[in-house]
Amino acid sequence: MDNLIYLSRIQFAITAMVHFLFVPLTLGLTWLLVIMEAIYVRTGKQIYKDMTKYWGKLFGINFAIGVTTGLTMEFQFGTNWAYYAHYVGDIFGTPLAIEGLMAFFLESTFIGMFFFSWDKVSKRQHLLFTVLVAIGSNLSALWILIANGWMQNPIGTVFNPITMRMELNNFASVVVNPVAQAKFFHTVCSGYVTASIFVLGVSSYFILKKRDLDFAIKSFKIAALFGLCSSLAVIIMGDQSGLYVYHAQPAKLAAIEGVFDTENAPAGWSVIGWPDQKSKSNLFEYEIPYLGSLILTHGMHGSITGLNQIIAQNKQRIINGQKTLIMLDKYRANLNNKDLIPLIEAQSQDLGYGMLLKQYTPDVANATPAMIDTAAENSVPNSLPLYYSFRVMVFLGFSFLLLFILATLNSFGSNNVFVTKPWLLKFAKYWIPMPFIAAWAGWFVAEYGRQPWSIYGILPTYLSASSLSLGDLVFSLTGFIVIYSILAIIEIWLMLKYIKLGPSSLGTGQYYYEQGGK
Amino acid sequence: MSYMLLRLIWWGLVGILLIGFAIMDGHDLGVGALSPFVGKSDSERRAIINSITPHWDGNQVWLITAGGAIFAAWPLVYAASFSMLYIAILAVLWTIFLRPVAFEYRSKIANVNWRKTWDWVLFIASATPALLFGVAFGNLFIGVPFHFDANMRVFSDQPSIIMGFLNLLSPFTILAGLVSLSMLVAHGGTYLALRTEQQIQQRAKFAAILFSVITIIIFAAGGIYLHYINGFIAHNLDPNAPSDPLFKNVIATPGAWLNNYLSYPWLLILPSIGIVGQIFTIALNKLNKHGFAFITSAISIAGIILTAGVSLFPFILPSSSALNSSLTLWDATSTQHTLLLMLVAALIFTPIVLIYTSWVYKIMRGKLTVAKIEENSKSYY
Ligand code: HDD
Ligand code: HEM
Ligand code: HEM
Repeated sequence: MDNLIYLSRIQFAITAMVHFLFVPLTLGLTWLLVIMEAIYVRTGKQIYKDMTKYWGKLFGINFAIGVTTGLTMEFQFGTNWAYYAHYVGDIFGTPLAIEGLMAFFLESTFIGMFFFSWDKVSKRQHLLFTVLVAIGSNLSALWILIANGWMQNPIGTVFNPITMRMELNNFASVVVNPVAQAKFFHTVCSGYVTASIFVLGVSSYFILKKRDLDFAIKSFKIAALFGLCSSLAVIIMGDQSGLYVYHAQPAKLAAIEGVFDTENAPAGWSVIGWPDQKSKSNLFEYEIPYLGSLILTHGMHGSITGLNQIIAQNKQRIINGQKTLIMLDKYRANLNNKDLIPLIEAQSQDLGYGMLLKQYTPDVANATPAMIDTAAENSVPNSLPLYYSFRVMVFLGFSFLLLFILATLNSFGSNNVFVTKPWLLKFAKYWIPMPFIAAWAGWFVAEYGRQPWSIYGILPTYLSASSLSLGDLVFSLTGFIVIYSILAIIEIWLMLKYIKLGPSSLGTGQYYYEQGGK
Repeated sequence: MSYMLLRLIWWGLVGILLIGFAIMDGHDLGVGALSPFVGKSDSERRAIINSITPHWDGNQVWLITAGGAIFAAWPLVYAASFSMLYIAILAVLWTIFLRPVAFEYRSKIANVNWRKTWDWVLFIASATPALLFGVAFGNLFIGVPFHFDANMRVFSDQPSIIMGFLNLLSPFTILAGLVSLSMLVAHGGTYLALRTEQQIQQRAKFAAILFSVITIIIFAAGGIYLHYINGFIAHNLDPNAPSDPLFKNVIATPGAWLNNYLSYPWLLILPSIGIVGQIFTIALNKLNKHGFAFITSAISIAGIILTAGVSLFPFILPSSSALNSSLTLWDATSTQHTLLLMLVAALIFTPIVLIYTSWVYKIMRGKLTVAKIEENSKSYY
């Protein structure tokens, strides 16, 4: 069973991370295409049309695999997380279905129009199509993050012992869930940053090669401005996300900050350290005083509850949950025991905590005190990986801001900076992969930090998986790795080929290789 | 609205989504499956592929939305079917994966072998899912070996799900697979005849007519076959009770899948629509009225899918090993609240989707010729 869960988690992690390799570029490039095309429609200058088409080509290469890997995600909750799908499908399925109806149809219908209707409709109408693609892809992010935000902060739902699942009682609160909203803005803005650095970096490559300068400089400027705004927004929304983590998931927060024992206000912020889960202490740590309270609570009076204290609280909740679970088992064994239903409903608050025990014994009623201790111990995530992945994201976030400030300051004004400051161009070029790393780190913080829960405080990951055999998982995991690797190799190869070709690939006769460049 | 009515409506809505998928993505699958045979040169194949490239992605969303809607409206069905048919779902997924890349990447490199490879990839990526969807539907009639425990966790009653994949293939289910494949190929052929000219059109027309005939024959054979396999009957179902599938009693007897038609003979209109629709499609294709033929072919597809759905009614996913664990539309749904909410969403968004889909088809209408492809070599796929 443990190996099965482990493999299911790895498979989800791999397929989700690969999906998210393609998502951010889609989210951001669509808006950059909108900007370029809007300038074309206003000024009528051919070069902006070529820009839209060229970056659109790269967008298309990326989009194909975004769709492919997204298909996996849509079906994976059923194939690999069947108990999860049953237990929360009443709530979780709804945003997914609405995403299809409202967002995917829009995005996918008009993406075809973006590529193929250039000479069938007026300029303005084509621009409208591009805008609809951008809106569609961002709406898809909204709904999926409402679903994901609910997993982090499950509100608007009650447990029903008759159907043995969580049921929706307030959809509006699921939609306006502040965790979901903060996540949405933080994540889409991180996509805008990714796309801006992509355009900035590829344009820098053209400039460094002294090719298609006009084209590249115009693209560079658009990306610089758009990136500057988005990288600011990412930081602001990241800070906001942190605020919600502080309130909704204290265990995740303590793990991110490497806080084992409660730090009273004003708490410091740990810049570097080595949190060690075994000894429950920081092997070394350097803190900036006051900064912790300031960042996490936007005030001087916030304290940070430590992991040790949270473990002690959780132990009590596990014991409470155990009682409810025993009643529930009794009812499920004989469904005619209807008078148990109101009792279970009244005490379902800690039911999920009781379920944590299932990992250690199938017979929860007879769990030993040692088992309860282990369950409590493991009810918080492991600090070290969270501590560092969070810091990687934040560090990169500020480096992006710096890059865009420099790019904006230097590129508006005179164009000769492109000759005098090659280091800036190289910075942009080599920084292309970094937003992907930051986004991965962010997802790792959000998802690994939620462990051991798949639905925070409600359903343990351990219970969520399908009852498959180990062989099934080995088969599917191998298949995904092989297929995704092949697709990724083809994608990257094509992408590089079209980047090397540059706008000459449009076949307009205006660009470098068509003008006698070698 | 009563729980019972909502559950019935959702049975219909999921049906509509599946029919929408079969009609919209189905003609893409049909075209993809035909393309290596109907197109003899690279330019001909490009003409064929470009008849669907602007639309395949939007059409595929019918599948995604059907998946999402089943998750939301029938969570137990989503959980049980996708995990118990694990390998089959992966097979569909992994072949369908290849479609976006084949469309997007084929034309990016002008090399003969590169393009030939993608042509066959596209063929596999189109024909396999078309076949497997039918096989999956056929297996609903046979039942899938699974049961629920007291906590509603679903378990397979087969030692390995990989072995279970082979068990999915039986004469009846293969027949069902072939119905699905041939009706989609006929549908795709008709669409292609509408969008192309000259030789391509002639070949597409021939294929469409041939596969309509095959569809009629296999579909009729399937109906006869149904007399001899076990059908399921459920007792003690309360259409207004909370969703707990373990409360009912199910028995199996040969031929029971025809009971609905025996009790309500007017329902026989559905299989008749399936067959008459194909006959009309043949006649209209012969008369070169491909636009109308496409419509009758779509109607026939709806008839065929509804025929299967109605004979299963009220079952959605029967279990062959623990009959009482079978899932029906009365005891496998989400709550009344969620069904109502989703109904509102569907009523708002489905018409909008239909409107803009027809709009974009209208913009892109017109014949794709080899000459046009060769003129615009860089912008067409
Ligand atoms: C923040 C954004 C985001 C996140 C977290 C996810 N996705 Fe995604 N998804 C997109 C943003 C996106 C997108 C930007 O809209 C994509 C990427 C490329 C594309 O074509 O659209 C997309 C494509 C995409 C598709 C193909 C749609 C089509 O054919 O147009 C499906 C079925 C999914 N996704 C499903 C999922 C599921 C089930 C996820 C969660 C487990 C998920 N995505 C996470
Ligand atoms: C595309 C961006 C995403 C990435 C990169 C990502 C990353 C991850 C990772 C790394 C894990 C494994 C955690 C672990 O087991 O240690 C995971 C698990 C999971 N995530 Fe996400 N995630 C993403 C989006 C989502 C979304 C949007 C949802 C829900 C709507 C979601 C739901 C889940 C579920 C159900 C699991 C499995 C259960 C679990 O292990 O907790 N993920 N994800
Ligand atoms: C520098 C300031 C940043 C801060 C303070 C910050 C903060 C956070 C926090 C607290 C989370 C966890 C939310 C949760 O667990 O629910 C998070 C997640 C995430 N971060 Fe950041 N972040 C920053 C920069 C970035 C950058 C630059 C990127 C990418 C370009 C990024 C991408 C992500 C993603 C994709 C997630 C997962 C989705 C989510 O939970 O919102 N972040 N961030």
